Amino acid sequence: MIDASYIYGLIGGLIIGLAGAVYLLGNGRIMGASGVIGGLVDGSGRAEWRDRALFIASLVAAPWLAVTLLDIEARTNITSNPVVLITAGLLVGFGARLANGCTSGHGVCGISRLSLRGIAATVFYLFAGGVSVLLFKHVLGVI
Amino acid sequence: MRGLIAATSGALFGIGLLISGMVDTNRVQGWLDIFGDWDPTLAFVLGGAIIPMAIAWRVSEYRKAPVAGGTFPLPLEQKVTTDLAVGSMIFGAGWGLAGLCPGPSFAALSFGGWEGLLFVGSMIGGMLLAVPARHFRNSMA
Repeated sequence: MIDASYIYGLIGGLIIGLAGAVYLLGNGRIMGASGVIGGLVDGSGRAEWRDRALFIASLVAAPWLAVTLLDIEARTNITSNPVVLITAGLLVGFGARLANGCTSGHGVCGISRLSLRGIAATVFYLFAGGVSVLLFKHVLGVI
Repeated sequence: MRGLIAATSGALFGIGLLISGMVDTNRVQGWLDIFGDWDPTLAFVLGGAIIPMAIAWRVSEYRKAPVAGGTFPLPLEQKVTTDLAVGSMIFGAGWGLAGLCPGPSFAALSFGGWEGLLFVGSMIGGMLLAVPARHFRNSMA
């Protein structure tokens, strides 16, 4: 059985890969969300702040435009528990910067380059993510 | 030129994340929930994204320079460091807890409500905390 969400996942994935290809072949940069954002907020990417800001602005604006113009109901199903949101946000931001990448940089751009670091990072965060859901959902029941 | 390329890439990234369903925290947590109602969608997203990206890496080997000038990323750094392992585990723990990572959290900012904003604000805080943590680590080494 092929679920429609798998097809959307594949198409969306191809577009995400295309975005990374444009960034690499156009600007010679690796499209990693935590790197683009992190370099802007901590000042380490000051030299390219304009490119970074434009990338992020489009990343926010394009889905907004699509949702508004096509009248799609986009759902995040995000939790309303502020403690969960703050804790998760701190962990995601801190961890991604310490590891020098997240799902886009290490996952998409790293694995496609057969980077040992990218593959290792992906194994580590998938493992930790699985344990996290097991713990917080099934054991503690907070999510 | 560089700005236009960055904006195009950001827009494609955002649309791809929206279409793929990765802005939905249930899908991400469903993928990680191997003991619950497992959702394999994320594998299709990652698999799909790797195809154009792998082609782009190959193409970059045959080109002297990127279209807008400059240089391609340095040859592969292969060292799996403690920072990479620990950082990825911390990141993964937060990713599972909220079902959001940096890209989708920004792509969903316009419709994610105050919850999405609080997550992004906390994530930026975490990114800023990583700076002194790295300095501290380097001073110990």
